Amino acid sequence: MIEVRNLTKKYGEKVAVNDISFRVEKGEILGFLGPNGAGKSTTMNMLTGYISSTSGQILIDDIDILEEPIKAKSKIGYLPEIPPLYVDMTVDGYLNFMYDLKKCKLPRKAHIKDVCALCKITDVRGRIIKNLSKGYRQRVGLAQALIGNPPVLILDEPTVGLDPKQIIEIRTLIKKLGKNHTVILSSHILQEIQAVCDKIIIINKGVKAADGTADEIAKNITDEHRMTVRIEGSTKTAEDRKEITAALKAIDGIKYVRADMEREKGIFDYDIESEEKVDVRRKINKLCVEKGWSILMMQLSDLTLEDIFLKITLGDGMVVGENGEFEEKPKENGPRVRINLNLDGENDNDNDDDNENAAADAAEEKGGNE
Amino acid sequence: MGAIYRREMGAFFTSGLAYVFLSVFFLVSGFFFYVGSVASATTDTSGMFSSMFLVVVILIPILTMRLMSEEKKNKTDQGLLTAPVSLWSIVLGKYFAALTLFIIAESIVFVYSLILSYYGTVVWSTLLGNYFAMLFLGAAFIAVGVFISSMTENQMASAVACFLALMLLYFIDSIGSLIPVDFIADIFSSLSFYTRYIEFTMGIFNLSSVVFYLSAAFLFNFFTVRVFEKRRWG
Repeated sequence: MIEVRNLTKKYGEKVAVNDISFRVEKGEILGFLGPNGAGKSTTMNMLTGYISSTSGQILIDDIDILEEPIKAKSKIGYLPEIPPLYVDMTVDGYLNFMYDLKKCKLPRKAHIKDVCALCKITDVRGRIIKNLSKGYRQRVGLAQALIGNPPVLILDEPTVGLDPKQIIEIRTLIKKLGKNHTVILSSHILQEIQAVCDKIIIINKGVKAADGTADEIAKNITDEHRMTVRIEGSTKTAEDRKEITAALKAIDGIKYVRADMEREKGIFDYDIESEEKVDVRRKINKLCVEKGWSILMMQLSDLTLEDIFLKITLGDGMVVGENGEFEEKPKENGPRVRINLNLDGENDNDNDDDNENAAADAAEEKGGNE
Repeated sequence: MGAIYRREMGAFFTSGLAYVFLSVFFLVSGFFFYVGSVASATTDTSGMFSSMFLVVVILIPILTMRLMSEEKKNKTDQGLLTAPVSLWSIVLGKYFAALTLFIIAESIVFVYSLILSYYGTVVWSTLLGNYFAMLFLGAAFIAVGVFISSMTENQMASAVACFLALMLLYFIDSIGSLIPVDFIADIFSSLSFYTRYIEFTMGIFNLSSVVFYLSAAFLFNFFTVRVFEKRRWG
């Protein structure tokens, strides 16, 4: 549905987006993740034909956006970072204008009514946009993007400025829209991307730092897998502990097992570390079935998306190597960055300003959303 | 183009700009009409038309100042430029909206001529000649205004720059006459908007002047499209 090849944008000497390629299939929700100023909006502006690329190619449904801009643009609904609202119009007037502008063929009244209902702005249709709150404006912006029912939706930070309830509503709406539309969504909020998107692309300083599903990214970026498993043994006493530990250790591919605390009566947690790129979950399950034990919980404690995001976007991050593997970037300036997320948005890294900002942002996000 | 045109017309009236423009235009032209025709007991309106040149120079920047600059400032241009419409239809939609308002303002002369016809005989051919001269002049000047508006996001800067540009076009004869080289002076005087306009008020319908005004209008609209194109590629 959307194909991007070697997209690059330079502003004079400054490279805003550097050689980004990706594909989005029909009905997929793709998330762009990156700190502020990473090149998310620039990429989206190029995708929608607002600005041109310095080099590279963008195909929307096999139509080149630069060669047949009008045809390609008619397939896109775009919500820019700042919704393009004419604040002196009423919501109804504005949506009718967008309807005309997009030369929409659907029945006017019914279509606009549907869109308003979907975005929950029916009760403000008669009001002038400048009197609306930020949340409503954002939703009018989304409504505008939905007019004409375009197959591709490109949403630049759609939940900015919304209250938590509205954020959940919009996320649900985007998920719903993802069933019939191809959606590209950008955000610097990790939870949002994780909650909504099928595929994720992490952009940092104009470069694609990672892509895939959240799990894939997490898997690729860590060398070993750690997980915590809660297993109920047959006797439900401390005796189980030794037996289970020994049995787990015997599994091929597991290199480390440690029995943890007693979480429920007679039931223990086990921290397991497997060898590189070996998935031992099925083996553990099989073992438990054979022995008559029950797995009560299995939790991969690999890096979360948040850890990866911070790892990538801070200076010592990872880049995609030549063979598609993740490589650790050579450290440029001294000590490894360490972030303490519990210090109310403060962090104790002594890296350059960019890094501090990124960490502070991320920390703030974490604080604000949990 | 239709959608942009209609929105722009609506915006002229909701922002109140149309009322200011129309009332100033009616007031000043009414004054010149009274002094030049009614008080002088003549049905000749060319005095009013020649005085209106300067008024047009002052009023057009007000009409065009926000057309493009406001879009850029409020980021609404993102909505237009990502919609399935061509740059030409965006520019022309706005251009024709401003031109329509100008035509509405200018058509007040038909009311004046109706008043005159009550007292005497109106020479319709000269009146229409004058009317179209002003229309062509407005068409060219509005294109200049739209072009200047597209280069800034500050409405005031746009208005002042447009006013200066139009004044420069107004004074181009005088500037030309100061240059001792005949060849350059000729070029300047042939570029004069004012001389061509005055020709019309004297009752001369010169087709080359019509072509001149229309090509100026086309040229500046073309420049505006180029500004958008350049911004996209910049």
